[in-house]
Amino acid sequence: MAILVDSNTKVIVQGMTGRAGTFYADQGMRYGSQYVGGVRPGRGGTTHLGLPMFHDVKSAKAETGANASLVIVPAPNAAAAMIEAIEAEIGVVVCVTERVPQHDMARVKAALAGSNTHLIGPNSQGILTPGQCKIGVMPTKDAKPGGVGIASRSASLTSEILANCSAAGLGQSTTVGVGGDALHGTGFVECLKLFRDDAETEAVVLIGEIGGREEERAAEYLSGTDYGKPVIALVVGRHSPEGRRMGHAGTLSAVGGLSAAEKNAKLRDAGVHIATHPQDVAATVLEAKGGI
Amino acid sequence: MLLAEYKSKELLAQYGLKVPPGRRATSADAAEAACEKLNAKKYVVKAQIAAGGRGLAGGIKFAATPSSVHDEAARMLGSKLVTEQTGSAGETVNTVYVEAAQDLAAQHFLALTLDPETGGIMLLASSQGGVEFEQRARMDSEIVKTTVLGPGETSDNAKIAAFLASAGIDDASAADQVRGAIQAFTENDMTLLEINPFAKLSDGSWMAIDAKIALDPSAAFRHPEFAELDAEQGLTSVEMEAQKNNINFVKLDGALGVIVNGAGLGLATNDLIIDAGGRPANFMDIRTTATSFDIAKGVELLLRDTRVKAILLNVHGGGMTVCDTVAEGVAFAYNRSDRKEVPCIARLAGVNAEWGNQILKDRKVPVETFGDMQSAVTRAVELTGGA
Repeated sequence: MAILVDSNTKVIVQGMTGRAGTFYADQGMRYGSQYVGGVRPGRGGTTHLGLPMFHDVKSAKAETGANASLVIVPAPNAAAAMIEAIEAEIGVVVCVTERVPQHDMARVKAALAGSNTHLIGPNSQGILTPGQCKIGVMPTKDAKPGGVGIASRSASLTSEILANCSAAGLGQSTTVGVGGDALHGTGFVECLKLFRDDAETEAVVLIGEIGGREEERAAEYLSGTDYGKPVIALVVGRHSPEGRRMGHAGTLSAVGGLSAAEKNAKLRDAGVHIATHPQDVAATVLEAKGGI
Repeated sequence: MLLAEYKSKELLAQYGLKVPPGRRATSADAAEAACEKLNAKKYVVKAQIAAGGRGLAGGIKFAATPSSVHDEAARMLGSKLVTEQTGSAGETVNTVYVEAAQDLAAQHFLALTLDPETGGIMLLASSQGGVEFEQRARMDSEIVKTTVLGPGETSDNAKIAAFLASAGIDDASAADQVRGAIQAFTENDMTLLEINPFAKLSDGSWMAIDAKIALDPSAAFRHPEFAELDAEQGLTSVEMEAQKNNINFVKLDGALGVIVNGAGLGLATNDLIIDAGGRPANFMDIRTTATSFDIAKGVELLLRDTRVKAILLNVHGGGMTVCDTVAEGVAFAYNRSDRKEVPCIARLAGVNAEWGNQILKDRKVPVETFGDMQSAVTRAVELTGGA
């Protein structure tokens, strides 16, 4: 068991013939995931990395039975690629592209409304079910199958915390990079719901940061439900100067997005176990699992 | 990317929004001369910097006569304005904007942004507005009303007017201005459009007295006009140079140079340093697509800064940037620098960590390597002190 992707997931790659597309499709296959084809307009009928290429997502899906797609195309084309996958009713769409314009994502969000697609990203490291399926650009060296579900806004911290968890004997069910952008697909709440229904997941780690409302919404959701599994959170950026954008989506003074301290307080009130630093997360998971 | 106030107003005027007549000036004499063209009873002198909080920091001053406009401009130009958004270094005022002061009957607040949940346009409005509005809104979020316009509703006059009325802005002509604002927001890839005060004048018309516009730098590929804005972002020359090299760089005040891959790990490192009593000289996030050349550039920028007494290298080599690539870049910068003695505290983890450490040692970087973040941070803070 896992969430969203497992050994039965059949993956196509939109933008597979590019440099990055070739590299990460190859890595995904070497990891043992089922990659079944690629999409690149004008390349239909050819093969790449030994896989059949298609002109569009719809025909790729019809021919291969794909139920997941890795979108790895340049930012100006990313929204169109995501919308194409959503319209072709691909179940899991993972977009790793950075710097997708926000107004483009507004169109993607409109296409996503009412669809059955789970969109991961954009600006995400992707999704990994250790030992079964890798769709994305994350390292897999330290990943081990197990019971910790991870949903994260930061690729670098996911790698860090995943390695610490594995070293502490805590394998992972699935790790989801929700992405670093203000407008993105699947968020913490959706991940929490999926992890709750996954028998294998014993505890959930949320890796958050300043800006946006993911942590607030997770706290609201957890306050209103008997979640039944321990949830551990790390929210970084407690000491970031206010009003300055550091890396990911910063806060808008009028629109909100709370400080890291305020996010931590809300999560703690919702029964979440708070870790102060990345290196504390694995210990906090062990403690929380012991306590439930 | 923030637009200077005068540019924001020029842009909004193209979409039918009314803005006060004004002139830019880079000298006190020019500011005084501008008054002649404005033909006003009273003037406002406004410092043009790329950060908010100007009013409270003395960057907006009223002046009754052209000679007092001269005095206010002389005081502002060349000075450093420190607001709650600039950091303690402040921002130098190179330009002032002289406007005809308006006779305001009522001050409100209007803002547009994209709703992260649905992607629709989020309208924010308040019956209140003006200086210190943000502080008031922070204390009492109830004074700001919000609504989200779906894809088909962006020119739905009735919906917009009803929303404005609910926020205490009950006037059909205000809705026309808001529709213009929505069009400007969409066509220019704005991520934020804030009009405060959104004012009703004594003649009953509506005017954008001040405007703050943030453009989406990710959309620059379809807006060639964004290119010329880079120079106006209030960035230091160091920050601009970093940007050209795939590195997010924010200048801070301390003595500990910091090199990290990934924004999240960067924020976490910043937290660790400050919790340990240290003071970072910068925030740096090596973008995933950076090459060892880009990284060398980032390290070079730190070594060039004589306030930097030590460098902390905290890297988790991942699927995209591996440790040996980072180490190559660091070694390259050290070898070319004339400050080869600056200690480098390295915590490399993940893909090719050992290889990275070996590169640093082999290339004679004055490196101390650590296996975990906490000990590396403790050592780095020890070397650079608290203040």
